[in-house]
Amino acid sequence: MTDALTLTPNLAKPDDSYALLLAAHEGLTKAQSDALNARLILLLANHIGDSQVLKQALTEAKRGLRDD
Amino acid sequence: MNKIFEVPLYPYARHADQDAHPPARHKVVVVGAGPVGLAAAIDLAQSGVPVVVLDDNDKVSFGSRAICFAKRTLEIADRLGVGHAMANKGEEWNVGKVFFGDRKVYDFNLLPEDGHQFPAFVNLQQYYIEEYLVDRVRALQAEGAPIEMRGKNRVTNVSDHGDYAALTVETPDGAYTLETEWLIACDGAGSPIRAQMGLDFVGRVFEDNFLIADVVMDADFPTERWFWFDPPFNKGQSALLHKQPDGVWRIDLQLGWDIDKEAEKKPENVIPRLKAMLGDDVQFELEWVSIYTFQCRRMEKFRHGRVIFAGDSAHQVSPFGARGANSGLQDTDNLIWKLKLVLDGDADQSLLDTYDTERLAAADENILNSSRSTDFITPKSEMSRIFRDAVLDLSEHHGFARPLVNSGRLSVPSVYDGSRLNSADQLPGGPARTRPGAPCPDVPLDAGYLLAQLGGGFTLLSINAEVPDGFEEAGVTVSSLALTTETHTALAERYLGDATCAVYLIRPDQHVATRMDRFDAPHFRAALRRAIGKE
Repeated sequence: MTDALTLTPNLAKPDDSYALLLAAHEGLTKAQSDALNARLILLLANHIGDSQVLKQALTEAKRGLRDD
Repeated sequence: MNKIFEVPLYPYARHADQDAHPPARHKVVVVGAGPVGLAAAIDLAQSGVPVVVLDDNDKVSFGSRAICFAKRTLEIADRLGVGHAMANKGEEWNVGKVFFGDRKVYDFNLLPEDGHQFPAFVNLQQYYIEEYLVDRVRALQAEGAPIEMRGKNRVTNVSDHGDYAALTVETPDGAYTLETEWLIACDGAGSPIRAQMGLDFVGRVFEDNFLIADVVMDADFPTERWFWFDPPFNKGQSALLHKQPDGVWRIDLQLGWDIDKEAEKKPENVIPRLKAMLGDDVQFELEWVSIYTFQCRRMEKFRHGRVIFAGDSAHQVSPFGARGANSGLQDTDNLIWKLKLVLDGDADQSLLDTYDTERLAAADENILNSSRSTDFITPKSEMSRIFRDAVLDLSEHHGFARPLVNSGRLSVPSVYDGSRLNSADQLPGGPARTRPGAPCPDVPLDAGYLLAQLGGGFTLLSINAEVPDGFEEAGVTVSSLALTTETHTALAERYLGDATCAVYLIRPDQHVATRMDRFDAPHFRAALRRAIGKE
C-alpha cells in the first residue's frame, strides 16, 4: 500500500491558504474560473503523482454528491 | 485518370467450380481482398496450404483509407514478402506537432530505437499495400503456390455444417455453391458475413463526423504529423495533416454531429474548408473525399465454428492511433500458423480458441486506447472540454502535461501476457520486453536482421548457450538459431538483460513462448507442446 490521502489538518496557515484560493478567482469569468480550477487540479494531481491517493481524493470529493 | 485503384487487378473470370456438382470443397476460403484478407491468404500459401480469395470487387481499395503503418506491420509484411516494397515507397516520419487554437503547444519525436530493420512508422496509401500484396499473390502463383483470387465473387450466404462451411457466391454469371473446411472472413467493418450469420458487434458509437480529404499538392510542409485542437480554420473542432507518397496529403477535419453528409462531401463545400486551412495561394487537387463516423466495438468472439473473423470485421476502432489495419495484420499473423497446425493434424481445433483469447485481449487494448483518444479529441461534456483545454494550455509550458495530450496513441503490438500458450519465464534478469507472450524485437546481426532469420516455424534462439541443432516434438519441427553477443550489444540489451546467456522458444508469429538461462530439453519440449495447445 502506498501513502494514504492526508485527511488530518496539514496546512500551517489554513486561513491564508483558503484566502489564496479565493483571491486567485477574483475578477475571473465563470469560464476562466473553470479553467483555473482544471489547471490547478492537473498541476496538483501531477505533484501528488500517486494514482491511489488521487483515487481516494476523488472518492472523498464525490461523497454525498450522488445517491450511489 | 489512370490511378491504380481504378484498374481491375483481379477481373472476374469464370471458374470450373461454378459448374461443379457436387460443389467443390476447398481447404481455406478467405473472403475479402483487403490488406488483412490478402495477408492471410499469402501466409497460408507460403506454408503450402491451398487458399481461395473471394472479393465482391476486382480492384484495390478506392482512395487511401488506411495510411499509417507501424513497424510491427512492416515486420509481418516482410515475412509475407512485401515489407521492403512498403518501407521503400512509404513516407517515414518521426515528428508530430500539436497545435491548440492558433499556436503550437508542443512537438514530439517518436525517437525510434536504433537497430531495427524497419522504421517506427511509414505513411502509405492502402491501395499501394493492396497492390504489393496482389503482386505477391501473382509471384507465388508463378512459383506454383496454391493461391487463387476470384474477383466479383460476392458471398451472400454462409452455413456451418460442422466439419465444413458452405457458401453461396454471387457472380456476373449467377450464383454457385462452394464448400470450405475453414472460412476466414476479412470482409470489413460492415462484414456482410457477420450480419448474415446474425452475430453481434457491440460497442460505442461516437456522435461525430469527420471529413477525410486526400489532396495532391506541392506544399513545403515537412513530413510530420500535425494535429490541431480548435484551430482558427475549424473552430471548436480538430484537424489533422499527414503526408503520403506521391505528393498526396491526408487532411482530416472534424465536422460535428448534425451535418448534411452529402452536401459536405461536395467539392464546392470541401474546397473552401481546405483553402481556409492551407491558405488561398496553395494549389491542390482533390484525390479522394469521404465522410466517416466511428465506433469502437468488437464481436463477442472471433471464431464461430468453421468461420473465423479477422481485422475490421471482428473489431473496429477510431482511426486515431492507427490501430485498425495494423491490428488486423497482427490477427492473421496470430491465426495462420495455428490454422496450419490444425489442418496438418498437428494440433486440435481448440488451438484456434487461443486466437480468440489472444486477439480479443489485443482488440480490447486497442479499443481502450482508441476510445480514450477519441474522448480527448472530441470532449463529450462541458467539463471534459474544460479539462482537455487545461491540459493543452499547460502543455505549452510544462513537460508534465504533454503525456496527457492524446491525439492518438500509436499502434504497438500486444503482448500476450497470461496466454495459456506461454510457459514460465525461467530467465532470471531477462528484459521485460522479451518476456513470454511478447513479440520479438528486431536486432541487427553481422548480416541482416534477427526477425528475417526466424523463418515461418518454431525457432529455438540461443544466445551464448549450447543448444541442439533443432528438435522435433509432437510432430512439429523446431529449428535453431545460435547467436553470440560478442559483436551485438542490441542483442544482449534486448534478449539478455542481466543474464549472461539465454535460450528462447519463439512461435511462428515471432512471439516468445518461453525462455530459460540454458537449454533444458524437458522444459522446451513441454513448452512446445503447450504452445500448440497440447498441454
